[in-house]
Amino acid sequence: MIGDDIDRALIVATQGGLPLVGEPYRALGEELGISASEVIERLGRMLESGLIRRIGAVPNHYAIGWTANGMTVWDVDDAEVDRLGGLVGSLPFVTHCYRRPRSLPAWPYNLFAMVHGSSREECATKARDIQALLGAACRGSDILYSTRILKKTGLRIGA
Amino acid sequence: MRELDAIDRAIIDTLQGDFPLTEHPYAQAAERLGIAEADLLARLERMLADKVLTRFGPMFQIERMGGAFVLAALAVPEARYETVTAQVNALPQVAHNYRREHLLNMWFVLATEKPEGIAEAIAQIEAETGLPVHAFPKEREYFVQMQLEARV
Repeated sequence: MIGDDIDRALIVATQGGLPLVGEPYRALGEELGISASEVIERLGRMLESGLIRRIGAVPNHYAIGWTANGMTVWDVDDAEVDRLGGLVGSLPFVTHCYRRPRSLPAWPYNLFAMVHGSSREECATKARDIQALLGAACRGSDILYSTRILKKTGLRIGA
Repeated sequence: MRELDAIDRAIIDTLQGDFPLTEHPYAQAAERLGIAEADLLARLERMLADKVLTRFGPMFQIERMGGAFVLAALAVPEARYETVTAQVNALPQVAHNYRREHLLNMWFVLATEKPEGIAEAIAQIEAETGLPVHAFPKEREYFVQMQLEARV
């Protein structure tokens, strides 16, 4: 949970990015009426608790050469999906791996794993590695390639 | 967009996390890269303007503050794709949105401060677009680490 109103204000003030100035935490503190060291302390606590995953650059992966981005989706036996999901998630090239509900009949897939490459062939090769791991527990699969980023702003909570 | 040079690539590859929580974090990060603070700031500004970076700052995991992230999809008729894109993107709760090749051709992530905000956002999208939203809330997270090195 958000610690308090100041934590929340700090999230609102940083969700669009850190100030690009020499002392960004001082600048944030001035905006919020607290000291730079309190900003640093609060951000550190949020990192520790996992409320902040990380602080740094968020690249547009297309612009840095990862032009093929495939959401691989798998219909995996419910009894096996957690064990296999853990294995798929630990493959070095998988950036996100989740179990999600099926939406039958339109959507039979319950395991989602994102793979990236400079070409679709590269993604397809990675998907074959996932397929090999899943073996007979997998009853069907697909790869949904993204063809356009329509929006990528990240979290935006109200001020 | 200008081409990236070796220093830009080093910034992208080394600054996707662990940005210092110190008084002069850019100076410290610049020192690790062997460049001047002003150079780092100018390059970050340029890469943000060129949309090589979509953001520079904290990545929040909203579940940890009582909120919710939900992946959702729509099957959008081609003729209405641009209109529906504008309708969906207009919601601040839509954090990302991607066009994908599938019958379900629009995939977006809803991020809301309170769990009930998800249902509200879905209801609003369904009302405005007239299309049913398929929601895929995550049931288990096996792995998340989106850190790709620059390949250009």
